[in-house]
Parts: sequence; structure tokens; C-alpha cells
Amino acid sequence: MDIFVQQIINGLVLGSIYALVALGYTMVYGIMGLINFAHGEVVMIGAMVAITVIKLLADSGLPGVVIVLIGLFAAAVACMAVGFTIERVAYRPLRKAPKLAPLITAIGVSIVLQNVAMLVWGRNYHSFPPILPTSQHEILGATITSLQVAIVLIAALTMAGLMLLVHRTRLGRAMRATSENPAIAQLMGVDIDRIISLTFVIGSALAALAGLMVSANYSIAHYYMGFILGLKAFTAAVLGGIGNLAGAMLGGILLGLIESLGAGYIGDLTGGFLGSHYQDVFAFFVLICVLVFRPSGLVGEKVAERA
Amino acid sequence: MLEVTGLRVSYGGIQAVRGVSFHVADGEMVALIGANGAGKTSTLKALARLLDAAGGSVRYRGEEISKLPPHMLVGSGIALVPEGRGVFPRMSIVENLQMGAYCRDDKAATAADMAHVFALFPRLKERAAQLAGTLSGGEQQMLAIGRALMSRPRLLLLDEPSMGLAPIMVQKIFEVVRAVARDGMTVLLVEQNAKLALQVSQRGYVMESGTITLTDDSAKLLATPGVRAAYLGE
Repeated sequence: MDIFVQQIINGLVLGSIYALVALGYTMVYGIMGLINFAHGEVVMIGAMVAITVIKLLADSGLPGVVIVLIGLFAAAVACMAVGFTIERVAYRPLRKAPKLAPLITAIGVSIVLQNVAMLVWGRNYHSFPPILPTSQHEILGATITSLQVAIVLIAALTMAGLMLLVHRTRLGRAMRATSENPAIAQLMGVDIDRIISLTFVIGSALAALAGLMVSANYSIAHYYMGFILGLKAFTAAVLGGIGNLAGAMLGGILLGLIESLGAGYIGDLTGGFLGSHYQDVFAFFVLICVLVFRPSGLVGEKVAERA
Repeated sequence: MLEVTGLRVSYGGIQAVRGVSFHVADGEMVALIGANGAGKTSTLKALARLLDAAGGSVRYRGEEISKLPPHMLVGSGIALVPEGRGVFPRMSIVENLQMGAYCRDDKAATAADMAHVFALFPRLKERAAQLAGTLSGGEQQMLAIGRALMSRPRLLLLDEPSMGLAPIMVQKIFEVVRAVARDGMTVLLVEQNAKLALQVSQRGYVMESGTITLTDDSAKLLATPGVRAAYLGE
């Protein structure tokens, strides 16, 4: 029982992070039909910048939470700049090109960012300084740290804020209109270049937050961490129904739960033949199943459009 | 108000519009009629900056607009009701109308205009919260016209508003178009339904394979034997 509850908690934490990253994939896909494979690298850059700033300030005497907030701010600024630049330099010139061209470009951008990060931060693992208060709470025989509680709550609040932005504001309407029909949105006076830029910038800010959360949760960051994390968040977005915001959140949480529960029980289920280091297999097993059985995702169904 | 000179539109190497010239005066309703493929919609799309013109000039209130960025057009007072409606299917009726007023920041007047659109099309008011994709074709056409009116245009461009609609729906929509024009709106109407278009407009242009072949007062065009034979099925 306690293992079960523990894995649920771990799954929710992991899932919250996946959900934040998946939103970045799904927003960009929704608005321009592009899978931005470089998005995982933006998360990595967020983690790296946050850790660098936090390390610099670790001995400054400021309270840990304040240092982390400064780190988050720096990471957000850096990621937003990277996201903005990627769109301008790599994707905008290909707006009218066949779909495959921007997709391959995205993979190229991903490799470039990885290598730049390797040059800047080196090949070593960077550890997250232990500056956050570590209090543990017991729930139903499982432990949850205050950091884990904070991750889940902040992710939930951020996502609620994003939903409000998209569904209740003029900017959100312009984003949805651009996603449904860019030519007609332009007729309404929407500057779609600006909307696409903003979409990248908002997605990158979410990536920065996710990067900070991953590095704080695992106490570690590395120039290569964005690759697998990006693939998993992409899986989460596909699971929910790519292009759909609520779907990305649902897909993220579900994938986090599937992974933790899978990792928790795979040893027992296979009689010790496979261990919890097979955790990554679950995400891609889920991806294959979704693509085979329900390519539109869990909530990715279109409203009937009559002529 | 609108002065088009020598407008050309090409798709790849094919010229769809081969140098057409026409004008629309303030407060006028002008019809542009012709068979399927004559280049009417391409002409309108070029005016609305959905397509780049290959040549020629489009002057609106004395200003050249053929090079304007597409999203600047609505601010200058031109609204297009596109062929096939072009409503946002996954947004509600109210949200579609709000998109029409995207460039305006006068909240009170925008609310009043929405009430006016609902008065013109009571059907839309009944379904205000419904997603536009669930509406019938006629209702979507009403919504597209309402959305265009929400920008308070001086010049309304209508592209095939009767296409694919039941006769009763066509009648309703044209009643509103007439009412809007009576209130002083300048309208350029592109229609395959030549009879209807010439009945509601003051002047008409006949378009054939990318060029304008005939122009006159609508009433005279209605009586021209060539037009009757070619477009009115007589």
C-alpha cells in the first residue's frame, strides 16, 4: 500500500513537470502545425541557467527560496530569448515550406542547442545546491517533501493561469483564431507573426519553470537532459491529443503516473527480470499504443464542422 | 472610395486575373458577377490582401493598399466576408464576433454593435454560446457577415454569400445585406447568382476568364440579352 501511494506521489510530481513541457509542444503545434523538437533543449537551458545562477548566489546569505526565485527569473528570461530566437531564425523562414523542412530543422536546432550547452557548461553533471528547506510529510505511509508539494501546486497554478489566458483574454482569442485559421485571423487584424512569437515565448517560459523543477527535484542537470525529457513530454502531448491544452496537461499527469507505477512494480511483475531502470520504456510503449490505437489522443477530437 | 486599376493575380504561371479595372463609389453597392473560375474570388482575395497581386494598383480612399500587411487592412475600414464563410469553428458565436472587433478598443460601442448584429440575426443570439462549427451553413454565413460588421467597416467585401445555401436562407441573408447597404455601407458583392446580385446592386461588372467584359447599371445588365443568355439561364 505505501509503495503504491509513494509511486502515485512521485508520478504526480513527475507528471506536473511533463505537463508543463508538453504544453510548450502542444501550443506550438496548435498554432503552426510544427513539432518543435528543440523544446526539450529549451527546458535543459532553463535548468542550466537556473543552476548556474543559484550556485552563484548560494553563499550570498539570501534565503533559499529567494535565490531559487532569482534563478527562475534568470532561466525564464534566457529561455524566452532562446525560444524567440529559434522561431525567428529557424522556423519563420520556413513558414511556407513543406512540413518536413521545419521538422528536420527542429531536430537540427535541438542538436545545435545541445552542443552550445556542452561548450558553455561542459560535459559534467551540475548539482543543485541544497539551499531549499527540506521538510518531509507523511501521507498514508508515504513521504512527500515540501519541494514536491511546491512543484505540484506551482505547476497547477501556472496551468490554470495559462488556461485563463487562452480562454478568457483577447490575446488568447487571437491565439486560438490563429490556430484555427491564420489567413482569416489576419483578416480580423491579428498580426500572426506576433502571435506566433508570443506562443514560443510563453511556451519557453513554461519550459524554464519545468527545467528548474526537474533540476531541483533530481538535484542535478546535464547538457543532454533535454533530449529524453523532451521526447517524454512530446509523448504526453500526443497521449492527450496534440494541439489540445487540456490534453497536454492530462497526458503529462497520466504519463507521470504510468511511469512511476510501472517503475515501482515492474520488478515484481517480471519476477525481478526487469528492474526500475526500465522506467523510460513505459513512455515509449504508451506512445506506440496511442499512435496505433488512438492517434488523435485522449481528448484530441475535433468538433464536427459542417459546411 | 475604391479604385482598382490593371489588377493582375497569378497562381504559379497561370494568370487568374488579367488586368481588371473597376471602381466602387461611396455608399454604392456594386456587383461583380461571372461564371465559376472567372477570377472573381481571386480579385476579392487580392483586394483583401489574402493574395499578393502580381501587378496593378488598388487605391482605397486615395491610398495605395496593395502592399499593405494583411492585418492592417481591417483597421483602414475594409472587411471581407470570405468565400465559404471562414468562421472559427471551435470558438463560440460571441467569440467569433469579438474577433471581428479585434482591432477596436471602444468596449461600449463594441457591445452596442454586437447587440445590433444580434438584432439583425436573432438566430445568432439564440445560439450565442454555441461553437460556430455546430451551426448550419446559413447560420455560419450570418455569423461571417455579423463578424465583418463588428469591425465597423466602411467597405464591405462579400464573396459568394449565397453559395451552398437553401433559397430561404439566401433570401434572409440578402435582406440583411440590403438593410446594411441602405444604412450607407459601401458594398462590393461577388456572386455567381447573377440575377440576385444585379437585383440588389446599383452597378455591375461582368467578369470572364480573368477580365471584365461588360459594365453597366445593374438594371440595364439585367436586360442585356448577352447577360441574360450567359448568366441568367434564359
